[in-house]
Amino acid sequence: MNLEFTPEENAFRDEVRDFLETRYPKEVAERQAAGLELRKEDYFAWQKVLLEKGWVTPNWPKEWGGTEWTPTQKYIWSEETAKVDALQLPAFGVSMVAPVLWTFGTQAQKDRFLTATRNGDIWWCQGYSEPGSGSDLASLKTRAVREGDFYIVNGQKTWTTLAQYADWGFFLVRTDPDAKKQEGISFLLIDMKSPGVTVRPIITMDGAHEVNEVFLDNVKVPVDQRVYEENKGWTVAKFLLSHERSGIAGIARSKRGVDRLRKIARAEFSDSGEKLIEDPQFRRKLADLEIDITALEYTELRSLASESAGKGPGPEASMLKIKGTEIQQRVTELVLEAVGHYGSPYFRGFGEAGNAYPIGPDYAHQAAPRYFNVRKTSIYGGSNEIQRNIIAKMVLGL
Amino acid sequence: MDFNFTEEQTMLRDTVASWLSDNYGFEARWAAIKAGGGEKPGAWQAYAEELGILGAGFSEDLGGLGGGVTEHMIVMEEFGKALALEDYLGAAVVAGSFIRHAGWNGAAALAEGIIAGTAKPAFAYAEAQARYTWHDLKTTARKDGDAYVLNGHKGVVMGGPTATHFIVTARTSGGQRDRAGVAVFLVDKESKGLVTRDYPNIDGPSASEVFFENVSVPASNLIADNAIDLVERVIDEATVASLAEACGVLQKMHEQTLDYTKTRKQFGQPLASFQALQHRMVDMYIAWQQAVSMTYMATIKVTEDDAATRAKAVSAAKVQVARALKFVGENAIQLHGGMGMTEEMPVSHYFKRGTLLRNLFGGEDKHIVRYENLSIGKDA
Repeated sequence: MNLEFTPEENAFRDEVRDFLETRYPKEVAERQAAGLELRKEDYFAWQKVLLEKGWVTPNWPKEWGGTEWTPTQKYIWSEETAKVDALQLPAFGVSMVAPVLWTFGTQAQKDRFLTATRNGDIWWCQGYSEPGSGSDLASLKTRAVREGDFYIVNGQKTWTTLAQYADWGFFLVRTDPDAKKQEGISFLLIDMKSPGVTVRPIITMDGAHEVNEVFLDNVKVPVDQRVYEENKGWTVAKFLLSHERSGIAGIARSKRGVDRLRKIARAEFSDSGEKLIEDPQFRRKLADLEIDITALEYTELRSLASESAGKGPGPEASMLKIKGTEIQQRVTELVLEAVGHYGSPYFRGFGEAGNAYPIGPDYAHQAAPRYFNVRKTSIYGGSNEIQRNIIAKMVLGL
Repeated sequence: MDFNFTEEQTMLRDTVASWLSDNYGFEARWAAIKAGGGEKPGAWQAYAEELGILGAGFSEDLGGLGGGVTEHMIVMEEFGKALALEDYLGAAVVAGSFIRHAGWNGAAALAEGIIAGTAKPAFAYAEAQARYTWHDLKTTARKDGDAYVLNGHKGVVMGGPTATHFIVTARTSGGQRDRAGVAVFLVDKESKGLVTRDYPNIDGPSASEVFFENVSVPASNLIADNAIDLVERVIDEATVASLAEACGVLQKMHEQTLDYTKTRKQFGQPLASFQALQHRMVDMYIAWQQAVSMTYMATIKVTEDDAATRAKAVSAAKVQVARALKFVGENAIQLHGGMGMTEEMPVSHYFKRGTLLRNLFGGEDKHIVRYENLSIGKDA
């Protein structure tokens, strides 16, 4: 048991802080502060800076540009980036498909995709869910039929995050309709510019265009774009899902959210005319929230420690997902509560901003949309109900 | 013991429900929101002429239906089920309540206008620093001959963009947080020095920021002075009406979740067949039913003579209903899965409305403290 940071680790923290302070793109920071929707070029600007520093893919193997950071260094990195609200690069490329490629891909696939993904030349999206296959992902129906050196793919995917920007997608498709449902699935990489691929926006209740439907109509996919063996796609999918879950707790971001919440509570007044931060009811909620975050943080540290001892992320990751998403949701709920009357106006509808007649404080503008948006976190990546099933089965053996 | 409605009240409910179901479908409402305005064109005129509900809370002397909080509860519950966008709460409930209790000379003229649909007052009570303490006022009204001169800023005035008047709380004397010196004015929207900035709210209806810069208001438009007790009584009655709206929203969210989970299949069976989800839906049902019970309780008690009894009942109901809105709303989205996140599913619209209703006129924290204080005989 040792929670002290070594002098080397503290030096690393200083280096990270200095890097973020001097190199984080100013324009991106300004857009974030103004609550504007982020564009593809904003992510690219940040990715370029990270690439130059050599820190774009800390989790990758050394030969492909990994940093070989210790779990503690990774933890420091995620804390410091969260503190300054640095953008998180979309996970689909660097965190999700990349581990699949270096674990299951052919040498040709690694050569073709890994460096390009690292450089930001390829933006990936994930073609998993279908209208009829959400929690029951293995029931997916998108069909791929082998014809010579190609698969002909037909079907529909949904909830495809930021597919409107994607160059490539990784898709789960059914290659054997007669096998048991998990055993007839393959993992294909599809060029989103292929004829027959259509992306249609889904607008969520906060008014954002973040997710899409993807229609596949006789899309021709070369067989060398299949990762791992035919009909073994479920093995790949499970591997990828466990990677998706391990980063999902978002603890550093939630801590940052609490800091922001505390700042708001120092600006707002309570019913008794003092600052909201002095209000016993509100303070209690803040304390409750922080205690919950601490419990989750140390749960994650234990899990990291066992990972660095050589055990991969196991079904315990489901616990991090459940608690982590509940905490993210709670943070946004308390922000909405803290801003009082000004949680109601819809910032997108304000039109030209008039400084003479402002509408509420800036920090209130995104309060309700964020609360609505993060309802998704307990639904995506395997709903929290599914995560409880996983724990019941895999951890408790029920 | 009688929780039944009179024949007239049942007729009122049927009339409103049937008009809304014919004219306020989900698509029509959504189209109205997307078009801007925050209201369904023509709806207000229909409330005035076809339905005659704008005078539900006015006495028969004033040309109304002679009803009160129960009639408002009935209308608002139906509005909640349909997610009607128009500001019935401000223009009919709040204005009706002030007229009922204030004993103000201008009442007859205002009531006539409201009933005909030509006058539409919006309630300008909220100030950013005050949170939910209604006597915390920076807006001032200075006596100047036969007039008062108003200065200040009221935030998030629901129904502001289409209002003809504002009912404004302002301080005629005393310090910012004194209970004495709180007055209520009827202010014509066209008054010189009055500026509005309009915007949509996240759940669809519109609101305004209202800025007063030396706005001169005739003394005859002073509805009441030293009137914080009246203001609190009116807001309590408005709160009960908003709880009724919440009950309508809760009912719909619960129904939609049941319907969805019965038809949506995963793992070869309807979601509704999983016991973990059944229990969740039972808890949602219980929360909704308790909210209805508390809304009825508050509707009955808000007419009592004793101010503390009224206030305690309303705060108790508000706490229960706010909790139900959170539990039922969040779980309704969760059980709809990704579909619940989309703007094309009605449930997301009910969830947004319900979320804003949680904090309207103060959320759980304000009301639980008020309840506690009243229970031990302290000032609320």
